[in-house]
This record gives sequence, structure tokens and C-alpha cells, in this order.
Amino acid sequence: MANTILEMRDITKKFAGVPALQDVSFSVQDDEIHAIVGENGAGKSTLMKVLSGVHPHGSFDGKIFVRGEECSFKSIKDSEKLGIVIIHQELALIPYLSIAENIFLGNEKATGGVIDWNRTVNEAGKLLKKVGLDENPNTLIGNIGVGKQQLVEIAKALSKEVRVLILDEPTAALNDEESGNLLNLLEELKVQGITSILISHKLNEIEQVADQITVIRDGRVIENMTREQGDFHEDRIIKSMVGREITDRWPTRTHKIGDEMFKVENWTVHHPLHEHRKVVNNVNFNIRKGEVIGFAGLMGAGRTEIAMSLFGKSYGQKHSGKVFKNGKEIRVDTVNHCIDNGLVYLTEDRKSYGLVLINDIKNNISLANLGKVSRFQVINPNEEVVEAEKYRKKLSVRSTGLEQVVESLSGGNQQKVVLSKWLMSEPDILLLDEPTRGIDVGAKYEIYTIINELAAEGKAVLMISSEMPELLGMCDRIFVVNDGEIAGCLDRGEASQESIMKTIMNHQKKTKSVQRSKG
Amino acid sequence: MNQLTNYFKNNIRQNGMVLALVFIMVLFQALTGGILFRPMNVNNLVLQNAYVLILATGMLLAILTGNIDLSVGSVVAFVGAISAVMMVDWGVPVWITIIAALLVGVAVGAFHGYFIAYMRIPAFIVTLAGMLIWRGLTMVILKGQTKSPFEKSFQAMAAGYLPGRDLKIGGLNVIALIAGLLISLFFIIMVFRARRNKVKYGFDVIPLWLELGKAALVIIAINLLTFSLAAYNGIPIVLILLIGLIGLYTFITQRTIFGRHVYALGGNEKAAKLSGVKTKRVMFLVYTNMGLLAALAGLVVAGRLNAATPKAGVNFELDAIASCFIGGASASGGIGTVIGAIIGGLVMGVLNNGMSIMGVSVDWQQAIKGLVLLGAVFFDVVAKKKG
Repeated sequence: MANTILEMRDITKKFAGVPALQDVSFSVQDDEIHAIVGENGAGKSTLMKVLSGVHPHGSFDGKIFVRGEECSFKSIKDSEKLGIVIIHQELALIPYLSIAENIFLGNEKATGGVIDWNRTVNEAGKLLKKVGLDENPNTLIGNIGVGKQQLVEIAKALSKEVRVLILDEPTAALNDEESGNLLNLLEELKVQGITSILISHKLNEIEQVADQITVIRDGRVIENMTREQGDFHEDRIIKSMVGREITDRWPTRTHKIGDEMFKVENWTVHHPLHEHRKVVNNVNFNIRKGEVIGFAGLMGAGRTEIAMSLFGKSYGQKHSGKVFKNGKEIRVDTVNHCIDNGLVYLTEDRKSYGLVLINDIKNNISLANLGKVSRFQVINPNEEVVEAEKYRKKLSVRSTGLEQVVESLSGGNQQKVVLSKWLMSEPDILLLDEPTRGIDVGAKYEIYTIINELAAEGKAVLMISSEMPELLGMCDRIFVVNDGEIAGCLDRGEASQESIMKTIMNHQKKTKSVQRSKG
Repeated sequence: MNQLTNYFKNNIRQNGMVLALVFIMVLFQALTGGILFRPMNVNNLVLQNAYVLILATGMLLAILTGNIDLSVGSVVAFVGAISAVMMVDWGVPVWITIIAALLVGVAVGAFHGYFIAYMRIPAFIVTLAGMLIWRGLTMVILKGQTKSPFEKSFQAMAAGYLPGRDLKIGGLNVIALIAGLLISLFFIIMVFRARRNKVKYGFDVIPLWLELGKAALVIIAINLLTFSLAAYNGIPIVLILLIGLIGLYTFITQRTIFGRHVYALGGNEKAAKLSGVKTKRVMFLVYTNMGLLAALAGLVVAGRLNAATPKAGVNFELDAIASCFIGGASASGGIGTVIGAIIGGLVMGVLNNGMSIMGVSVDWQQAIKGLVLLGAVFFDVVAKKKG
């Protein structure tokens, strides 16, 4: 067996007392591609942040060994010195600098503070050749695609004499050809003696290149698989990833489903910047009265884009398709059209898109509904307090009072404030995007209860979530979204984590074969 | 007692500002050997600072959106120039000139607003361009020269007094005294109406003695002011204009949907938009309004100088911006009040006036005002960190 280059032992990391990682131990051998898989929020990224020094030594329990020596990283710089380089999902390149400048950013080829541009460009060229990128080193980063940018990141890592390369979802934003190139590159680097740790949702890719797989679930290592054992199989990996008993984490609800209330037909949306790229492609779905449907899919599948573009065309451009409520077509051109038609959207990013953080609870709740407490454009402050207080009580927002600034509330209570805002507008159709993201278990249960109540009142609810158990526990039907399209619809009976994953994988294969036949 | 500490905690910023103003007033009253509060000087304080306070009111809205308007000083000069040409050269009646001048201000503001709101060009750039454009056009219109004089009725708006100056009792103008009493009465009625409404809705109200104490302080301040003015020439017309504007804009920002939308836009534009706020239109209206108020200030300045000059209004934008920040507005938007901006403007005004009386040179005055601005914002930042 090869030498162990890296070992993490009994890593426990807590955020505000909530463990994100518990006693995680794993080791990486010389010259291998080691894949880490797990659901969203399982703790993969946290683990890599611990490894690379983003979470400094002392902020977690456990030990890290590189080549048998214990290490205590205080920052990324320390881990980079030992040749451990992490490439994040969101690339850290500066668009208005050239490829060469980006590669040597913070590590400039300079003597006495003066940059030697010839050497910079020359060495950048060599690195680009190594990663198989045929571009002039003087090209601006903003002028090359995401796939090539990914390669520049790797070139940047190579310039630091990398030994262990950590890639967080490197292929999430790439097309199949680019992904293929990237994976080939990783295999080449392996031959040259560079170990890669690959975090990915795309199991087919992992099956293709990994030598060893570590499965993480709920902050714990569940299983270690090696290629020699020959048990690399998508189904097997999925089972290990999601194989948790679904216990009573969801409040029970009576399903009283009525007629179709909301219908979307052939909804297509183009990317806000690249007008030829379809982000949402010919999407059809419907929600019935009293029904909760779910959108499942991987990150970047287009779920948020579908919901946000339906809400006042707040995302993308060149929208086409029809939207119906109770069989009648409705206009969704502006947010106000939607609110007037009883269609509201709860954002996945409450801090950026949901709340005015510096304002108090009252102003946040009433913001979308000032017309209800006004006459001739003049607000009646007392009416406003009464209305806002009604929802603060109803959703039991834990706070000192209506005057508390929302910035100082906990995530769960902030979410309740955003929900209050939309409930005050008395909607019929609610598009809830990650309604339980980043909030604790107790608050989650409360949000679930509220959703159930809304359904019981005969409203139509769409729930987008990256946590599959949550969708399975809450939804009557689950639409699987992949690549901006509806890949399938699963009824409550047939939906399971395995079947959802299967649907995604099948859709990925299908689009791949379509692309091939076109190409 | 708990209620009282809570009340002060919640209003620490506002009370702090008022206290700072009172402190500066008392300080200069002592330093100038009592000249500051002499009736004539109180009268001068009002006339000298009216334009800054008008501009600060409009500027506050721009700052609430997270931007500023650098063009107002030039717009002041431009509007003055246009009205001078209309009245002096063309002989247009005063009231038509005033309406035309205000419309020009609206047009100028809308011009800025269009580029800022709909073309999404940063307000800093648009209004910097405006600063150059309107200053340049002022010189073109005036051919680099001063134009004067204006009719008496035009001057009255900036330098005139309410009629009835000869009605005096013991040397005090009766109209001013009555005005003071009427305003006090109106204030008391408003306070009790708001209180009654709150009680009707079953809300908590602050204890009656505290409410009365607050009201008493305000009423004393109002009557001290009118008493001083009564001892001089009576109530300046521009003061009536000013009080009307402060009342109107306080109402707009605190009580109307538009006002709430301005705060929301400045606090988080994306969230406001996703809550149905027409962010572009709000932004456009804020800058259009700034143009209107700049035109009004332009008329006041021209009337007071009794002339339109190419150099009118230089650096006025900076005074207005400084007033807002001293008054507690946040540079990143979403925080600030009209009353705060007015108090900030008064702090600057009293500093100017007091130091002038003391014979402090203009160079030192500038430096000291700069330090006060920095100090006020510094206090803000520190208070926020502790809070």
C-alpha cells in the first residue's frame, strides 16, 4: 500500500454548539484521487475548510497529520506551505486581471517588489501547458469561460507546488466536455504525483475517476470504499449517502387536496447576462388546492431560477410561457402583479433578498402590504402595529417586540419575519425557496407546521429544498429538476431518495446522449 | 423608572443630537458673551441658514437611498440666474418667475433622476456632471456677471417679515407672540391626539409626566424663539416656509407609503424590489424632489442677496451633506430623519455664526467644522459598536 500523505483523526467541529462534524477520521494515500460524497449539508465543505486552515487550529477538536507529522494550521497560508491547496466552488479569480496575473496573485514573480513581467508570463505559459489550457497568458479572466477558469485555478495551485489538491464541486458549473477534460487532468496530475480530494455530487464522475470514496452523512463518516474492493456503483453509493431512517421529524397533516389552483406552462427563461443560454427550459408543473409539492434537485439545477422568474420575472430575461391561477391566465410581469394575484415567493437568501436588516420587525412585515394599512398613501401607524403584531404572534417570532431590529434575530426567527410579510399579503400560492435553510431543528419543525397549516387552509404550496428527507416528509408530489428542466414527477408513494437520485442521473444521461447526437 | 431608561435607550441617537445642539448653543452663548441669543442674532441665524436647511431636507432623502447629490449648489446658482434673467431682463411678473424657477428645478432633478434610476449610472457621477453642467450654464446665462436688483416682493420671501410689524406691546411684536402660542397649542393637540389614538388601540404609552415634560421642553423652545423674533422684526417669512417644509417632509418620510419605500430602498434595494417596491420610480422621485428643493433654495439665496451671481451656491452641497451626516444619517442608506438633518444643519449654523462673532478666521472655521463632522460620525460608529 502506498504511503499515507494526509490523515485527519477524530475531527469534531461545532457551530454555536451544533456539531457539523463528529469524530471524523479519514486518510488519503499518495497519488490517488479521493472522493468525498454526501448530501448537501452533510459536512463535506466544513471538513475541507478544517483541513485547509479556513477554520484555524483550535476552533475544532481532533488532529491533522501530514506525512505523519502533526500540523496546526492557523490560516490558509500555513496549509499552502505544506502543499495543500483548496479550490472553492465559487472561483476566487479577479475578472479584470489577466490569466498570468491571477495565477501569481499574492505570489508575484518579483525582485524587490518590482514584478518581472517576462518571467510571469513565461512561467504562466508553462503552467497553462501543464493543465492543457490553450490560451494566451495575457487574456483577461473575464473573457474566458468558467471551465477554463477552473483550469486557471488549478494552474494557480500548481504554481504553489501543490501536493494535495482539494476541489469543491469543480464540475458543478461545467458542461460535459469541460468536465471530462477536468477529470482527465486530475488523472494526469495523479501520475505526476499530485493527490486530489474531490468533492462532487456527480456520482458518475466519481465512479469514473476515484480510487477511494469516503461517504459522509450528518457530520460522520459512514463508509470508506476503495476501487480494489470493486464496490463502486452508483446505487451502492447513493444508498450509503442517504440511507437514514426517516423518523418522526415532520408534523402529521391531513391531505385534503382540491382542484388545480396554479399551473405553469412551457415556462422558459434565459440567463440574465448570456441571452442565448436557457436557464429554465420548457418547464410545466401544477399545484392543487391544499397541496404541497416539492422541487428536488442538485445545486445549480435551476429550481430557484424557476421560482424567482415566476415571481415578477425577478430573474433572467426573455421569459416565455403561461401562468394560470384557477384556470385563468394571470400576468406575472412585476412583483406587484404577483402579489395582487396572490402569488408570493419566499427567497432562499433571506438576508440579501428577503429582509431590510437594519429595519425593525414591524417595517419588514408590512413592507409588501403597506396598502392594507393606509388611506390615500398615508400609513396609519396604529393599524400597522396591530396587523404586524398579529403575524408576529401567529408565527411566534421570538423577539423583544415589534421594534426589534431584524438583524439581531436568529435565523429561524428572521425566516418567520419574511414568512409573516408574505402571509400578511394573504396569498393563495406560496413558492417557498429553502424555507428551512440555516435554521435549527426546533425552528424547522415550526416552519413545517406553518406550511401544513397553510395547506390545510387550501393554499397551494411549492417547497424547494436541498434536503431530500424534508421534501419526502412534507410533499404530496415531488418534481425533480435537473439542468433547468423537469426531469420527472414522483408521487408520495413512489418518491424516495434513491428514486430521486435515479431520476436525476437518468436525466443527466439523457441530456448527455442528446448532446452527443447533436454534436 | 424602567420605562424611562428604556425610552432613553431607544432614542439615544435623537436625544444625543438635541443635547449636542443645546451644548453648542450654551457654549457659544458663553464664549460670545451673550451675543448669540440676542434677538437680532437669532433673526440672523434663521435668515442665514434657511437655504442649508431646505437643501438638507432634500439631501436627506437622497442620502436615505444610499447616495448623495453633488449638484445642488450649482442648481441653486442656475435657478437664481434664470429668475434674474426673467425678472430683470424680460420683466416677467414675480409669481410667474417663481413658478417657472421651481419647474426648472423639477426638470433638472428629473434629468438627474432619469440617469440615476433608469440608466443605473451612479448618482455620484451623474450629480458630479450636473454640478459642472449647471454651474457652466449659470455663467453662460449671466455672461459671468452679477444681475440685480430684484423687486421688493421677490426679496420678501428670503428677507421679509410677516405683516403687522408695528403692532407692538412693550417693544414686542404681537404677531410673533401669538404665532408662538398658536404653534404651542397646535403641538399640544397633536401630542394628545397621537396619545389618545394609541390608547384606543390598547398600546403602551409613555407615562403622562414624561410626555408632558417632553412637550414642555418643545414649547419652551418654540416660545423662546418667537419671543426673540418678536423683540426684533417679527417672524421672517422664510421661517414659515421652513417650518412648513420640515413638517411636510417629516410627514412624507414617516407616514406615507412613499417615505417607507425610500427607507426600504436604502436599507436593502434587492429585498425592497422583491417586496413590490418600485425601486426605480422611488429613486427617480427622490432626485426630482431634490431638484425642486434646490430651486426653492436658489430663490431664497437670490432673494437674500438681492442678486444672481455666478458664484452663488458654491459648496452648498457639502453643507447640506454634512448636515445630514451630523444629524445621524447613514452613508450606506436607510437611516436618518428630517429632524436629524435639520438639527445637524443648526449645529453647523450655530458653529458658523458663533465663531464669526468671536472673530475666528474663516480658515479656522472650516477646519473646526470638519472636525465636528468627523467627531459626530465617530461618535455614531462607537455608539453602534457598543450597542
